[in-house]
Amino acid sequence: MSLLQVENLTKRFEGLVAVNDVTFNVDRGEILAIIGPNGAGKSSLFNLVSGILRPTSGRVFLEGQDITGLKPHRIAQMGITRTFQTTTLFNQLRVADNLAIGYRMRTASGFWSTIFHTRRWKEDREKTMARVLEVLDFIGMTDKAFDFVSTLSQEEQKRLAIGVALAGEPKAILLDEPTGGLIQEDTDGITQLIKKIKAAGITVCLIEHKMNMVMDLADRIVVLNYGNKLAEGTPGEISTNPAVIEAYLGREYVA
Amino acid sequence: MAVKFLREKWFYLVLLLAAVTLPLVVTDRYIFQLAIMSLIFSIATLSLNLILGYTGQASLAHAGFFGIGAYGVGLMTKAGLSFWLALPLASFISALVGFLIGLPTLRTRGSYFAIATLCFGVIISIVIGNWVELTGGHTGLLGIPRPKIGSFEFSSQISQYYLVLAFLLLTLFVMHRLVHSLQGLSFMSVRNNEPLAEAVGINTFATKIISFMVANFFAGMAGGIYASLIGSISPSTASFNHTFNWLVYLLLGGAATLAGPILGAFAFPLLMEYLQFLEDYRLIIFGVLLIIVIIYFPRGLMGGIESLQHRIKTRYRLRKGDGKNVVTASGKSHQAV
Repeated sequence: MSLLQVENLTKRFEGLVAVNDVTFNVDRGEILAIIGPNGAGKSSLFNLVSGILRPTSGRVFLEGQDITGLKPHRIAQMGITRTFQTTTLFNQLRVADNLAIGYRMRTASGFWSTIFHTRRWKEDREKTMARVLEVLDFIGMTDKAFDFVSTLSQEEQKRLAIGVALAGEPKAILLDEPTGGLIQEDTDGITQLIKKIKAAGITVCLIEHKMNMVMDLADRIVVLNYGNKLAEGTPGEISTNPAVIEAYLGREYVA
Repeated sequence: MAVKFLREKWFYLVLLLAAVTLPLVVTDRYIFQLAIMSLIFSIATLSLNLILGYTGQASLAHAGFFGIGAYGVGLMTKAGLSFWLALPLASFISALVGFLIGLPTLRTRGSYFAIATLCFGVIISIVIGNWVELTGGHTGLLGIPRPKIGSFEFSSQISQYYLVLAFLLLTLFVMHRLVHSLQGLSFMSVRNNEPLAEAVGINTFATKIISFMVANFFAGMAGGIYASLIGSISPSTASFNHTFNWLVYLLLGGAATLAGPILGAFAFPLLMEYLQFLEDYRLIIFGVLLIIVIIYFPRGLMGGIESLQHRIKTRYRLRKGDGKNVVTASGKSHQAV
């Protein structure tokens, strides 16, 4: 069974169909790329899966369990975390604190255990510290642990955003343009990181515009155009698909 | 987290020493009374700091909850209940009302939340003013008994001072534990980036409700202590003028710091006192002061001190040559509201 199933998902804004009857599966452990021209509905699709938008119709299943229309924090707790297209972080806080917040949903200490420093609070704190160190090492930012986010480079911020999403031990991670606005050298670094995430057994769903990166990374590709699913297949299949070439390059390039 | 604690710790010790020895230094009864009021308002400002400074929700109903605590303690102690039982009960009622008001209002964001809570704050004081059978209406509640332990009554200024100081330390203790913890990070994540907090599994609504209830618990507690020490209260106790005073203390002293609210609650009324000769022109000066602080020190006096420290440290690191990525280091990165 697939990890994530998207069935006939539709989102209609007034007068505009952002996502139209899209169906696809994400298999456990794979990297699935979602590509398409600007305005194709890629980010809307992510927002539907992660619970930020409610679908007009259709269903989303995680490990066979219906998660359609749940609150974003519930979906995150069930195992899907995400990054946003514009890099969003807790920019008033330190790097380590950002990651601790990412892991917060796996801890249970609330008001009373915090006030009285109960055993649970201590355990949670130790668990969190261990997880933060682990993720810092994973994203290669151990030396930046106590830096403020505002002092990080663009590439480091992108890494950290992925780290925040990873900290909560997700089953699947949705990356919305993880290399948007980066130079080639930095893009390679992020590509390596995404491969590492896959190697760690976490399923990756990726929106990306850089085609050579997608072709290198993705196990399968889903192509969206005007909210519709245009094609689905391996990178080899997609790169020779006439409908995809037409949507991307225009009719005259179809040989 | 630990770094921040050490950085603020020296300040606590200085403050504590100053607070304990203050009665020996200050002989003027009027100034001493001001100090007692500043202690009470420190508790109120600290609790406002939790919801506004740390959680980023500008609650303007704070004086309303102060009033609920005040009337709760006033009514219960007049009915014969011990102050020591009435105070936690009244504070709890305040938190509970906070929960009920929070349910609808905390679903709104930013200025909408500020407007909604402002309305509820005004409603609370109107209810207090018009529910004559319970609250005595606009004549208020008179002859509220002072706190007692056995046969000892807190009637002298010095005893009242240390009583309030003890409650302030309790408040500080709770705030300190909350803020320097995972729970505190949850609050700050909501303040800093609510959509991201939600996306990484934090129930932002529940987090805001907790913060609002704790803040209102301590606002109610401050009100209860106020009622019992002053001995008489009226609807103006819950007036939004109080809220705005505390807001000014908080912004001047430094939102999202623990020392800032106390600093503000002492410095501002004292300044007001010493600038008495300027009469109403004082307000113009404070208006200008507030604008300067908000533009140049968005985190108030304490925030200014912190970012200065940060800047010095960064410069030192740059000179040592290990800070090649520290380009935009400045305290501006963490605005409070």
